[in-house]
Amino acid sequence: MSTTRKRVYGYLAEFKSASALYKAAEKIRDSGFRKWDCYSPYPIHGLDGAMGMKRSILPWFVFFGGMTGTATAFALAYSTQVVIYPTIVQAKPANIFTIPAFFPVMFELTILFSGFTVLFGLLALTQLPRLNHPLFASKQFHRATDDGFFIAIEARDPKFNPEKTRSLLAEIGGDNIELVEEEDA
Amino acid sequence: MASSTPTANESHPEIKLPVLEREQLILNNRSYNWITERICGVLENRQPLLWWLLFIPSALIALIGVGGGLTYLVASGVGVWGMTNRVFWGWDITNFVFWIGIGHAGTLISAVLFLTRQNWRTSINRAAEAMTIFAVICAGIFPAFHVGRVWFAWFLAPIPNANAIWQNFKSPLLWDVFAVSTYFTISLIFWYLGMVPDLATIRDRCKPGLRKFLYGIFAMGWRGGNRQWSHYEMAYLLLAALSTPLVLSVHSVVSFDFATSVVPGWHTTIFPPYFVAGAIFGGFAMVLTIMVPARFIYGLQDLITMKHIDNMAKIILLTGTIVGYAYLMELFVAFYSGAIYEMDAFKFRIAGPYWWAYAAMMSLNVLSPQLFWFKACRENLWVIMAVAMCVNVGMWFERFVIIVTTLARMWLPGDWKTYSPSGVEMMTFVGTIGLFLALFMLFLKFLPCINIAEVKWTLPQSDPHHDDKEHHPDHGIASEAAYQKELVSSK
Repeated sequence: MSTTRKRVYGYLAEFKSASALYKAAEKIRDSGFRKWDCYSPYPIHGLDGAMGMKRSILPWFVFFGGMTGTATAFALAYSTQVVIYPTIVQAKPANIFTIPAFFPVMFELTILFSGFTVLFGLLALTQLPRLNHPLFASKQFHRATDDGFFIAIEARDPKFNPEKTRSLLAEIGGDNIELVEEEDA
Repeated sequence: MASSTPTANESHPEIKLPVLEREQLILNNRSYNWITERICGVLENRQPLLWWLLFIPSALIALIGVGGGLTYLVASGVGVWGMTNRVFWGWDITNFVFWIGIGHAGTLISAVLFLTRQNWRTSINRAAEAMTIFAVICAGIFPAFHVGRVWFAWFLAPIPNANAIWQNFKSPLLWDVFAVSTYFTISLIFWYLGMVPDLATIRDRCKPGLRKFLYGIFAMGWRGGNRQWSHYEMAYLLLAALSTPLVLSVHSVVSFDFATSVVPGWHTTIFPPYFVAGAIFGGFAMVLTIMVPARFIYGLQDLITMKHIDNMAKIILLTGTIVGYAYLMELFVAFYSGAIYEMDAFKFRIAGPYWWAYAAMMSLNVLSPQLFWFKACRENLWVIMAVAMCVNVGMWFERFVIIVTTLARMWLPGDWKTYSPSGVEMMTFVGTIGLFLALFMLFLKFLPCINIAEVKWTLPQSDPHHDDKEHHPDHGIASEAAYQKELVSSK
């Protein structure tokens, strides 16, 4: 129907092992690239350093999420047990001194809110869920979830150059170097 | 990681110190692709006949027992569960505590063993987490319907209602509502997040079509880039760190249901640790009960090795012994307290009309796991299965002993009664066993039953410095025999 134009996403290169990927990542980091990533079927420990990445900031989100949970549970328990509907049961007073009896629920809601923050924080930080991605157009990329180790350098990186980036990837041991294109609507 | 550190002796370069090689977690040097093929094969290939032979009866039992039993209960009232005497909690809360306890091993394997860097967990954690989810579903049925008028179950939630009545936040029963629902939610998040990379693996193997679309939706577009893995690993660590105190709190809160009441036999401070140890104990037995046959049926022997089974047997031995200690300590405290009602409660348990339940609990939970002191027993799958079944039954009896023998002799002699469950109650319990098995069978058919990504991670070649080590032939794999030989020759 309509003619589709192709837009270059970047280069994808395969490496033969986790060690090779690690060494290649160090070289790409030192070449000053920013928009690139290493793809592997499992998390490779130490690759964060080799890529020059910072530690994830997720724990900070979760800390505040958890605190919100604690505060919510306390507010819920205190307002209902002391303010709105004070009842004396099990000889526990209907005032602030009954707080030890609120601890279990405060604890549980801390965990619950933290857990949801982990889930939604992770989705936000990894920019998921998404239905498609240009890399899925590659013929070999499906092996990244099986036994393939890949590096993709995006074309939007300021240091990206169609010839030089390709030769860099070949130089550091990349095989099956592929120019990945996405269909431009 | 499964590699050992080089410890060359500088002053005597000819002597190589022996470094015990860690046992390989994955046998026969399997490749990444083999692991993918084998685990995905379980759900991509046609299911064996045995799968259908297990699934169809389980599903029918679930349908009749849970579906039919609960429909009848809702239509007639809780009287059909025999709630006409003081042993109200009898059978149903026994089943609730039994199922919720089983779930705990799943969280223990996924969270506590993760935090303590026990890499052998990777082969069994997915199935154990699935077991947690299904066990909590089975558990939830009992208290939800036990309260009667299940359509008012929303009264449990702190929502403003027309009567302006609020829940009692000082009650362990409300704590239980929060603890169990939080536990279910967090377990589900943990299980699902852990599965996302594996769902992506299945998605990438599917031919285009509905199947690929559905796995794609649940994989959420996962690509396995390190910028994702980095956050993902942090998320996993955080969930593990959150689940560990959570799992301890859930069974502690369940035990508060008993321990905070002023009832002889229940009112003890030992209950929280005792319940938690029992839950882990019973849960591991259930993991073995379902994983040993599954490993055999699907040919997963290289992934779930005898090493894994041996470790689980040792945990059963440890927790079984802790449980045995708790049983004896309970008796000692009753004796030492000098309280006649407390002593009488335990006399009634041991020598009363329910002596058989107490004897079953003691022999199945405390004596049967002692077989695992012997290596030969930990290596014999028949013995393992037999002990696991004993523990499953024994842990059910433990809850029966705690609940029924206590409630059958409460303060007022007019309440005393010999308890027996009603037919509908028994039917519902059998139904939950069917439900549990049917859900587990569906899990095997549709989801990756072993954590593909994490199992790959435990292979020696997954270490980014693995290739560097190849250049140093002595990295501590000298065997004991070679070492002895060298010692002799150097003298």
